[in-house]
Order: sequence, then C-alpha cells, then structure tokens
Amino acid sequence: MAQTTHSPTGHASSGQAPSAAHPHPNAEDHHDLEHGSHGSLREYAVGFLLSVVLTAIPFWLVMSGAIPDRQTTALVIMAFAIVQIVVHMIYFLHMNSKSENGWTMMALIFTIVVVGIALSGSLWVMYHLNHNMMPMTHDMRQMP
Amino acid sequence: MTSITTTAGAPGTDKTLSPEQLRATFFQLEEHHHPEGDSTMLGFWMYLMSDCLIFAMLFAAYGVLGGSFAAGPGPKDLFELPLVAVNTAMLLFSSITYGFAMLAMAKNQKGATIAWLLVTAVFGAAFLSIELYEFSTLIHEGATPMRSGFLTSFFSLVGTHGLHVTFGLIWLFTLVSQIATKGLIPANKRRLMCLSLFWHFLDVIWIGVFTFVYLMGML
Repeated sequence: MAQTTHSPTGHASSGQAPSAAHPHPNAEDHHDLEHGSHGSLREYAVGFLLSVVLTAIPFWLVMSGAIPDRQTTALVIMAFAIVQIVVHMIYFLHMNSKSENGWTMMALIFTIVVVGIALSGSLWVMYHLNHNMMPMTHDMRQMP
Repeated sequence: MTSITTTAGAPGTDKTLSPEQLRATFFQLEEHHHPEGDSTMLGFWMYLMSDCLIFAMLFAAYGVLGGSFAAGPGPKDLFELPLVAVNTAMLLFSSITYGFAMLAMAKNQKGATIAWLLVTAVFGAAFLSIELYEFSTLIHEGATPMRSGFLTSFFSLVGTHGLHVTFGLIWLFTLVSQIATKGLIPANKRRLMCLSLFWHFLDVIWIGVFTFVYLMGML
C-alpha cells in the first residue's frame, strides 16, 4: 500500500495523490520499458563470456578426468553450476534487489527455500527409505 | 488501495489542536489508475518461480530414481558428452542472441529485433533437434522411458525442459508475426520481455540438467 502525505487542500481532488507521487505514470512505465530490465551490450557480453568459461571447465573436467577423485570432481562441477546460475540471474535475467520494489527478489528467495527443503527432504527421506527397505539387512528377531 | 494521511486541518478552523492531533487516516475506496501491464513482469516472474518448483520436483525424482537401473543401461552406457556440449552451446548462443534482440528492441529497431529473434529460433530449433536425435537414439537402443526408474526420471526431466523450449519457440514465432504486423508497440515490448525471462530461465534450468544429469552421470 502506498502511503502519501499531503495537505487537505491538496486532497480535494483525489486524483492528485497518485499523480503527485508519479507525475507521469505512463512516462514512468515507458522509462521502465526503456531502461528497466534489459541491460546493455556490455552486460550481455560479460554474462556470455563468463557462461562459456563456466560451462567449458566442468565439461573439460569430466571429459578429461583431470581430477581423479569422483567426489571432488562432483563437488567442483556443482560449485561451477551454482556460480553459473548466479551469473545468468544477474547478467541475463537482470535480477537485483530493487526491481518491482524487491518483490522479485523476495519471490526468488522464497522459491530457493522451498526448492531447498523439497530437494534435500526428498533425497534424505528416500535414501533412508531405500536403506531401511533393503531386503535381508535387518534381523527381524531383534525388532520389538 | 491507498491510505492517505492528512497532516493539518483546513486553515483557521481549530487552532487549539496541533497538526499531529489532526492527523487522520482514511482509505481510498476507488482504485487509482494502473497503467496496462503494470504488474505483468512481476506476475510472469511468479509463474517462472512456480515453474522452478516443477523442475525442482523433477530433479528430486531424478535424484531419487537416478540410480535405479533395473539391470538396464546406465548413464555411462547412454550419454554422449560431446553431443551434450554442442547442445549446451546451442542454448547458450540462443541466450545471447535473444539478448541482442532485446537490445535492438530498446533502440526501437524493428527489423533487427525480428532478425535476432529468428537467429534465436534457429539455435533453439538446433537444440531441440539434437535433443530429439538423442532421444530417438536412446529409444532405438532399447533405453525407453519404460526400461528403468532411471530412464523414466531422465526422460521426464529432460523431456519437460525440451517441451518448455518447444513452447518458447512457438511463442517466439507468434511474437515475430505480431511485431511484423503491429510493430514494437508497448504491448509487444512487454511480451518480448516476458519471453526474455522465460528463455533465459530455460537456460538456467539447463545448467542444472547438464551438471546433475549428464556430467555427474558420467563421473
């Protein structure tokens, strides 16, 4: 809810409140479309080059087997994926904390939390389910 | 709804009350004017976030079932990384060319916008063709979605992404014809910005796919 403060003489015409806050609503809309959220050539170029590097390194790591340890390779390529997702968010999706009064960022944070809970919860629960349902691993005589 | 707080009474009415005491809060019952499409970008972002949840569930399914081969073929028997690398490059190229379309749109260059959109469509179609080729090869080898839990979740996840790209392409061609007939009017610019979010979002999902499905499958 937008809150505006003005003198009673001003609020005689109710249309003045919004128009005082946004002198030209259409012009502002126009401004949004013109400069709001689609970056510059430099931004796209930087994002593209970073993406190419961040894609090429994990592919090279896996295809050449540069790191002999599987676990380490997995962690490294996951780290590259997370960095590349952030790069895409900033340079291609033009995410910032200010667009739409911060609501896009709030929605994104909420989604990340939900996705985190759902993914880790699913993997955790299903891993234990598989583990416990494994045939012949438990001695049933010891169960209460 | 807007709440408006008045700071002072009409001049000369009650001089004993300070402006603070005269402060009153009331609510405007009339909605003030919203320019058309004002909330479109936020609404579309909300859609993308919910789409994100769909993909999260598919990733979770793949994470759970990805190791259930049912004595069938595994990732190392099926995936060809060079093909995936080419596919990734196609999607990345289409992302940057869409960016160029947006830059042309910002400069109100109708022809250049359409040209870059068509270049994007070519890369998108190349991505889809390679993916369909991969799927047909897999199915030819007997690695159908019915073969194992791993293949079911693989086809669901990668197939859903491919379907999104397909619909993105349909949307792109619709927009090209709309721009060609009506020009770069504000409504079309808004639509282009929505498709921009959608297209780059698909690239973000693909990062997850090639990392978790293909690269980690080949480890």
